[in-house]
Amino acid sequence: MNKTVGLFIPCYIDQFYPKVAIATLQLLEKQGLTVVYPTNQTCCGQPMANSGFEHLTGGCNELFVENFADFDYIVCPSGSCTLHIKEHLHSREEQEAKDIRKRVYELTEFLTDIVKIERLEASFPHRVGMHQSCHGQRGLHLSQMTELVAPPFSKPGKLLSMVKGLEVVELDRSDECCGFGGTFCVAEEAVSVKMGKDRVTDHLKHGAEFITGVDMSCLMHLEGILRRQKSAVQIKHIAEILNPVG
Amino acid sequence: MKELAHAALSARFNEDEPRVDWHDETLWWVRQKRDKMARSIPEWEELREGASQVKEHVLSHLSEYLEMFEEEAIKNGVRVHWAADAAEHNAIVAGILKGHGIDRMVKSKSMLTEECHLNDYLKEQGVDVVDSDLGERIVQLAGEPPSHIVLPCIHWKKEEIGELFHKHLGTPKGNADPQLLTHAARLSLRKEFLTRKVAITGVNFAVAETGEFVVCTNEGNADMGAHLADVHIACMGIEKLIPERVHLGIFLRLLTRSATGQPITTYSSHFRRPRKGQEMHIVLVDNGRSTQLGKADFRSSLKCIRCAACMNTCPVYRRSGGHSYHTAIAGPIGSILAPNLDMEKFADLPFASTLCGSCSNVCPVKIDIHVQLYKWRQVIVQKGYVGAAKKIGIETMNYTLSHPWFYRMAGKAGRWVMRVMPFAVSNKLNPWYRQREMPRAAKTSFTDWYKANKQAAGDNKR
Repeated sequence: MNKTVGLFIPCYIDQFYPKVAIATLQLLEKQGLTVVYPTNQTCCGQPMANSGFEHLTGGCNELFVENFADFDYIVCPSGSCTLHIKEHLHSREEQEAKDIRKRVYELTEFLTDIVKIERLEASFPHRVGMHQSCHGQRGLHLSQMTELVAPPFSKPGKLLSMVKGLEVVELDRSDECCGFGGTFCVAEEAVSVKMGKDRVTDHLKHGAEFITGVDMSCLMHLEGILRRQKSAVQIKHIAEILNPVG
Repeated sequence: MKELAHAALSARFNEDEPRVDWHDETLWWVRQKRDKMARSIPEWEELREGASQVKEHVLSHLSEYLEMFEEEAIKNGVRVHWAADAAEHNAIVAGILKGHGIDRMVKSKSMLTEECHLNDYLKEQGVDVVDSDLGERIVQLAGEPPSHIVLPCIHWKKEEIGELFHKHLGTPKGNADPQLLTHAARLSLRKEFLTRKVAITGVNFAVAETGEFVVCTNEGNADMGAHLADVHIACMGIEKLIPERVHLGIFLRLLTRSATGQPITTYSSHFRRPRKGQEMHIVLVDNGRSTQLGKADFRSSLKCIRCAACMNTCPVYRRSGGHSYHTAIAGPIGSILAPNLDMEKFADLPFASTLCGSCSNVCPVKIDIHVQLYKWRQVIVQKGYVGAAKKIGIETMNYTLSHPWFYRMAGKAGRWVMRVMPFAVSNKLNPWYRQREMPRAAKTSFTDWYKANKQAAGDNKR
């Protein structure tokens, strides 16, 4: 595939979880893609917009368009940030923004739908709980939603099934929100934490050794709860499982 | 501060964690029943689409259907009243009662009368109202508003109901047997049904072509009230219309499957004309609905058929309880309806959500509830109903994220602080840290790694 991919890394991954970004970069490069990370990027603007301040996000939007207008594809290891760009990116150069909205992909949907990946050189001999992040699932339709009467599918699930030794654990509530919700996690701290604790309990109950997902923000919230509980269960972004970095 | 009302009320609800678990599991069980029922109908998603389109059509022709309905209802011998707001609605009902010299009446469940605070108003007028729906009766005896639009006392445990009934209905102390309690309620309500001359019911669907209306109950209490009373007053929001009887075939199949996971309500009572000697009134209430209809982003909220599926599925509602929404209609749908009535008072509600989108997926009339929650947030902020601290916080964050050099510097400084002085952020002033550990601060950001390992290696200069 002779295409150039612009790597779009969410700000909190850049700052707190560089390993996830490295895994994403290497995973894409292994597919024979030219991947470029525009180093002047910051944030998609979602934290402000979801708090009701979308009218302030002009600066982030223009920056995003400047950084990403020239790529064939824009790929991001986050369903939530991808969805925000898809739904809310505008610009003084509106046509460019419109084109970007069509060319931006979440990592697992890009690997499944565009790269059409069929096999992976990865091994992860562990019991793994898959956390369905809402924006990826209900927003980008990365997998089927339990509310709908429709046939099941899962793009991240399909990728995980290619990993040697990995066993996905069944959950009682396969797609309930973890309660992160952006600024909700501090504005509604009590409910946010309770939702997170309940998600964690579901994974623990079914013997997960790791919790994975497509959104590091949800996983960061769950990690905070796991570590407070002094649990041995760890979180891993799906890119880190599909492309293990030492 | 108003914007924190839901957060504060739900924090209080969460002080009793086992109770939160019980509340969550009870409603999740209802959600699962709904899923099972929905899956028993292969054409479920088509039904939802059909219902949505019928309601969209009605909203686009609302004035015509209202006039048609009024004309047919009058032909049927029904007296039709129009109320612009809650106050007018309450005055109309009080006027009918006064006209008959009546100071006691029985009411079957109606969320509209809750929305209009009819009970309080009538009490002030010296009218004694008995709610005849069991759940509604329980919260009435307890002096509380309903916490859920279909299951008004879902926040009450049966042992607590036993205590309440012991106090008010004289059931044996310590007895929480549901059958015994239901029987006691039935005996006491029967007396009310037989002696009250006026009955109020809500309306689930009003059929424009025939002027009839349908009331759905599981206990038959609407029928009991209406059939025994000399005067039947039916109160409805103007959005309750459907064009033709045939459309009931869509809505009656969807309503209870979505609400409680039953194939249909036990009673779907059709009222068309008063029986001989009876008086029948319909009060058509606007109360903000035409304002909402005029808002392109929010008009489709009027498609709502009050099934409460969005509440049962909402992970926030299940863990914060209906009263934390401090409005008659709680949960996701209430959070997009209430700001239309009073934006300042209900400025907190659109923020009481993670925008997970489950509500929109279960909605039988396909209201894009989570999208409207997002849009209400924008409106509320622009109108200035948001606290100064939050505004400054978001503006600072926005400045940082709009300026790459400042973002890099702040990121580096922040991570340094977290590594060297973790107590600066890991303290009780930080709501993240209260019940969660902070993420571990990486030494280098990905950007720095990339510059050092990729760009320096000459892979990509950009």
